[in-house]
Amino acid sequence: MTDATTTVPMVQAERVMKSFGSHVVLRDISLTVNRGEVMCLVGPSGSGKSTFLRCINHLEQVNAGRLLVDGRLVGYREKHDKLYELKPREAAEQRRDVGMVFQRFNLFPHLTALENVIEAPIHVNGHSKAHATERGKALLDRVGLANKADSYPAHLSGGQQQRVAIARALAMEPKLMLFDEPTSALDPELVGEVLDVMRGLASVGMTMIVVTHEMGFAREVADSLVFMDNGVVVEEGDPAEVINNPQHKRTQAFLSKVL
Amino acid sequence: MSNDPGGRASVRPDSHEALPPIEAVKLRHPWRWLISFLLIAWVVLFIVDASHREAYDWSAYGKYVFDQRISKAALVTLQLTVYSMLLAVVLGVLLAVMRLSPNPVFKTVSWVYIWIFRGTPVYVQLVFWGLLATIYPSISVGIPGVTNLFDLPTTASFSLFWLAVIGLGLNEAAYMAEIVRSGLLSVDRGQDEAAKALGMSWSLTMRRIVLPQAMRIIIPPTGNEVISMLKTTSLVTAVPVATDLYTRSRDISSETFNPIPLLLVASTWYLFFTSILMVVQYFLEKRFARGHTQFAAAGDEGGLPEADVETLSEASPHD
Repeated sequence: MTDATTTVPMVQAERVMKSFGSHVVLRDISLTVNRGEVMCLVGPSGSGKSTFLRCINHLEQVNAGRLLVDGRLVGYREKHDKLYELKPREAAEQRRDVGMVFQRFNLFPHLTALENVIEAPIHVNGHSKAHATERGKALLDRVGLANKADSYPAHLSGGQQQRVAIARALAMEPKLMLFDEPTSALDPELVGEVLDVMRGLASVGMTMIVVTHEMGFAREVADSLVFMDNGVVVEEGDPAEVINNPQHKRTQAFLSKVL
Repeated sequence: MSNDPGGRASVRPDSHEALPPIEAVKLRHPWRWLISFLLIAWVVLFIVDASHREAYDWSAYGKYVFDQRISKAALVTLQLTVYSMLLAVVLGVLLAVMRLSPNPVFKTVSWVYIWIFRGTPVYVQLVFWGLLATIYPSISVGIPGVTNLFDLPTTASFSLFWLAVIGLGLNEAAYMAEIVRSGLLSVDRGQDEAAKALGMSWSLTMRRIVLPQAMRIIIPPTGNEVISMLKTTSLVTAVPVATDLYTRSRDISSETFNPIPLLLVASTWYLFFTSILMVVQYFLEKRFARGHTQFAAAGDEGGLPEADVETLSEASPHD
């Protein structure tokens, strides 16, 4: 059992499909992310990369194929070859282990930075306020915002807000972190501070899937780069390899625009 | 400012000596002054005139404004307002949350409730509540045809006062539900997703994340409803409850054949309570504006929070 859990990939997608009504967003996605690996997802807007990320966290339900996180089927329970939808409580439990960072930060505006970070540890995990506060402060320190603990999100710059959002996700001690275009809503001069925090996370072995347009970051930090277009994986491989020597026409066309 | 002829960017001077502040002649607003003067003059004239007008009968006003019967009736009105609004707010939040819940049973129940209670006049509803004992002489609790746990004799169990509270509260709940719902809908969907992603359940998300933010939107119209309720209580005569402020002052004037001063007395008390409620609302609004700066009030996303000022100053150490 313990042996199995260390060898199963963190995320395994097998022929995943997702559509909204008649609009097919993910056609046939098969991907594997191993423990401690950083995968960057790139591609034009509407290619389905954000949707795929949201499926991993069960913010969307896949229509076909199998999606496993840490060996567990996302959103379903399998029993005697039959799939059963999870109860909301079980789905919430699954999400706890997966941290997510959004393009628009989505901090809770009525709570201070520290309160944002300790909200879920206290009310979901049942930690004591003192314990959660101590850890929350350490996390804010880790993202370089120890002095902003008592600030409300409206008083923080975009980069600072996104760093608080990362600390908030880390407070749940996730096994996997999902980043949905974490720097796309930031002013150019604030992008670096967020990427620095993410770089730090990667260096301590956090498993990460990052939807991004930051090719420099992808090349430097990612273990694998996936180029998606129109709901399929067009090209996948070593970041430097894919960026410097793209094989597919669509990859070449996309990279020539963003590089 | 001046591009030098070589086309190179101009070099700014090193010194940053502050310029003297601008001293301009302030824009004048003569019309505002004129209109204010005219309005004040008109109000003064009105007051002077009113103080002499016999119909107002100020001596009777003075006699009744602190009359025990009146102040007791004022207290009843206040109690009716507070109790029925408490009922309405609790039930309204429940109905709004049910209406937005993923559960179709809750949704339907809430929709039907609002349909009926908002769709019929409150006066008619109050008459019905007054007739409760006639329609249902006793209320039984149990499983029909199987077991009867206990019987409540209606008249003995519900005083007319509490029937009035129930009548006002249940009607108001339908309106409160819509106010709360609009507040809940005003909260960005990203908040919901962020809470979900942290493993928070739907009810925890509602309680800790969505409702507190919705309060900012909910409070102003709720204040409106409370003030409106204060005056709607004058309809409890339909139940009939005759101890409220308006009914009592009318009863007194029907004895004295002098209605005008008593209308003024009642108005004074209503206005007094309304003023207190406005103060309460002010503090509630302040409390729930937490995290929303004074800047945010102007234009939500925009504004210029401190952070922007900070980054501006951080961004210009080059010179």
